[in-house]
Amino acid sequence: MTEPTRTRRGVLPRLRQPGSRFGRRLRGGVSLLIALGIVGSIYAAFAPSGSAAPAKGEALDVQIGQGIFDQTCISCHGANLQGVPGRGPSLIGVGQAAAYFQLRTGRMPLTQQGAQADRKPTLFTETQIEQIAAYVQAHGHGPQVPNGSLSGGSVSDGGELFRLNCASCHNLVGKGGALSGGKYAPALDRASDREIYAAMLSGPENMPVFGDNQITPQEKKAIIAYIQGIRAEADPGGSGLGRLGPVPETLVVWLVGIGALLLIIFWIGAKT
Amino acid sequence: MRSRRKVEASPAEKAGRWADERFGPSGPMRNLLNKVFPDNWSFMLGEVALYSFIILLISGTYLTFFFDTSMTEVKYHGHYTPLDDVTMSRAYSSTLKLSFDVRGGLIIRQIHHWAALLFVAAMIVHMMRIFFTGAFRKPRETNWLIGSTLLLLGILEGFLGYSLPDDLMSGTGLRIAFSIILSIPVVGTWLAYAIFDGTFPGTEIIGRFYIVHVLLIPGIILALISVHLALVVKQKHTQFPGPGRTERNVIGERILPTYAAKAGGFFALVFGVLAVLGGLTQINPVWLWGPYTPSQVGAGSQPDFYMLFAEGSMRLFPSYETHFPGYTISSIFWPAVVLPGVLFTLILIYPFLEARLTRDRASHHLLQRPRDVPVRTALGAMALTFWVVLVASGSNDIISFKFAISLNATTWIGRILLILAPPIAYAITYRVCLGLQMHDREVLEHGIETGIIRRLPSGEFIEIHQPLGPVDDHGHGVLQYAGAPVPKKMNGFGDLGRKALGFFTPVEQTPANGHDRDGHGGEDKAKELTGGRR
Ligand code: HEC
Ligand code: HEC
Repeated sequence: MTEPTRTRRGVLPRLRQPGSRFGRRLRGGVSLLIALGIVGSIYAAFAPSGSAAPAKGEALDVQIGQGIFDQTCISCHGANLQGVPGRGPSLIGVGQAAAYFQLRTGRMPLTQQGAQADRKPTLFTETQIEQIAAYVQAHGHGPQVPNGSLSGGSVSDGGELFRLNCASCHNLVGKGGALSGGKYAPALDRASDREIYAAMLSGPENMPVFGDNQITPQEKKAIIAYIQGIRAEADPGGSGLGRLGPVPETLVVWLVGIGALLLIIFWIGAKT
Repeated sequence: MRSRRKVEASPAEKAGRWADERFGPSGPMRNLLNKVFPDNWSFMLGEVALYSFIILLISGTYLTFFFDTSMTEVKYHGHYTPLDDVTMSRAYSSTLKLSFDVRGGLIIRQIHHWAALLFVAAMIVHMMRIFFTGAFRKPRETNWLIGSTLLLLGILEGFLGYSLPDDLMSGTGLRIAFSIILSIPVVGTWLAYAIFDGTFPGTEIIGRFYIVHVLLIPGIILALISVHLALVVKQKHTQFPGPGRTERNVIGERILPTYAAKAGGFFALVFGVLAVLGGLTQINPVWLWGPYTPSQVGAGSQPDFYMLFAEGSMRLFPSYETHFPGYTISSIFWPAVVLPGVLFTLILIYPFLEARLTRDRASHHLLQRPRDVPVRTALGAMALTFWVVLVASGSNDIISFKFAISLNATTWIGRILLILAPPIAYAITYRVCLGLQMHDREVLEHGIETGIIRRLPSGEFIEIHQPLGPVDDHGHGVLQYAGAPVPKKMNGFGDLGRKALGFFTPVEQTPANGHDRDGHGGEDKAKELTGGRR
């Protein structure tokens, strides 16, 4: 930064005191501020209209969001969201959906590096989440979870779409499943409508992104209606055994079935 | 009858005479009714399999009233709304109808499925009993062969039944079965296309499986069970060595009335267990899995437990293709065809293998305690361990998911255990058998530990041992080990004569019929109940 100040002597003539370290620092600092200011206003002038004239409340949200981000996320995602090599990816362009998903499901801030971030109780209030998400959205934009009801339409269409797009990882009834290398697709028995929507839009970790041109918003709502419906559905046949299929049934037939009959056999044997 | 007056025969007598004069059953029937069943708890395991099969026949018949085998596609409009308007085969939609609209349909379906699992599981347990006690030895090798075939047929029958509803879970299994058949060298392609009438899935397979499932295999199973039981009657039961029991008699209860009453009650109990399972625990909820479409697949798709070993074998085997000039054998052939084939061959030929290796050509009617044949017992433990590792590996995605272990790790653990665990099981079992044998000999020689400690004048403490029988000059027992249980506790004396009655606590018995207790009475009774000479 000393090079440009030397060439622009006329800008700060009165502060120019050769040999003074304080003066040099002051000059440097002020010129940095000015340079940043110029860059900022140029950016503001050319940036897409979305954030060029943000509503007052939204701008405030972004500002508060930035405050929280700088406290809790900056160590891994860097100032200005550009990411820190080896710690966390760049968040420029991931969009509100990704931030909402990660924060609402408590995955971020990440507490320990593992194969995959686990779902945890969230650290933030709903408002704070929206504020941080607004801050992330303000940088490069990206997919956003729409407002309003996110569940509806035909449950059976949702079921077909679910079996086609999601069941291969999340199990036929969303009970979750293992992926390679310690990764896993979690059970879908806790996610809210908004979280499911955000997951489809952002494709966390090993999950593919299901953009609106692959699965339309209408179809997404149907999928959510199916997931939530099947979760709330009672098991007409008795205890559902976790709906995990033949493996728990194996345990039951050996431990309960054969086990009970062995007891009965011993009991008869002891009576005769 | 005191007066010589001619009495009218009762209607039952008349009917009996009528039948006897025409079909002459009284000879063979008398033999059958006089058959004596030894009473040992482990002899009831095969009965569980038999009763499960009977329940399978009855519940299955009910299911056939409502099941439609057609693979024609229809749109579903029934009580289960999450599948409303979904395109599916008639087979699947009739299963939904059976589960949601037919009175009692769901519970019968569930009882049928639980009974299928119990049928195979009980056969396995029964087979373990036969194996570990040496009941398969001459002259009963034929029944071992029949039993093993029954196990194989039971597994096949179960797989066919599991495939019938045409749901997404079972369809995935069918897809795998198609690939396995394809992998058989030379004839595979032809065979797969012949069975499925073209490429997978085709439109025929459910109908074909159905007729094999409800007619062909149950018929063969029924015939084999009949021969199996007839041979048990003909060759008579084996029995454990004990007072009065020899190679030439059978001690137990006659079929009528005691045994029949007991068996009837036991059938009711087996049915009760299945009814409780079918009524309280949901099994194979096909409506949750959705209809089969080749484009869809779900994580956590598994076969029923009797096929899990094959699934595990496929998961553990590395994907090595074998290349010959101009020919490639798919990697699936080794774990899915060769390994189960080898396992079943070993099971089938085991009695002959053992007879040849031990050069034992004699007939045996007395059973062996597993500890007395450590090599066989250890081999059995080894085989079971191998099987359990395969079954667990067939479920390794669920184990990984539930216990948060990497899937790669569980696969490698499975591979290592499959090779290391069986020999370890062999070694441990062998040592345990020898230890138990030694303990038997020790008790026979020195008596039972009484728990009474005496202090000798010299200050030494010794525990007093109660000898089991007469002792020689050195105070050592002279009883020889005879293959029967040796009492190890003071209150275990009952083992020698009559068993102590009672389940949780022993029932006090009045020594009124003392002749049962003195040990000789037992022999009289033995003669009385011996079902004829062999
Ligand atoms: C300890 C380091 C760490 C901290 C702190 C952290 N993150 Fe992350 N973050 C990561 C890593 C690593 C990933 C990528 C792997 C993953 O998604 O689990 C990630 C991924 C993300 C993603 C998803 C990116 C995408 O491509 O979809 C978002 C959004 C995110 N973080 C937001 C945040 C926010 C907001 C905070 C602060 C509340 C935060 N993170 C705190 C390490 C961290
Ligand atoms: C390739 C496998 C895969 C597919 C296909 C997939 N997912 Fe996921 N999904 C994942 C993984 C892996 C995660 C965990 C991501 C993480 O922890 O950051 C996940 C997480 C989620 C979550 C968050 C769950 C929670 O409780 O935190 C939801 C909701 C979800 N997926 C919904 C869906 C839906 C809906 C579909 C189909 C449209 C789908 N997924 C398809 C792999 C997949």
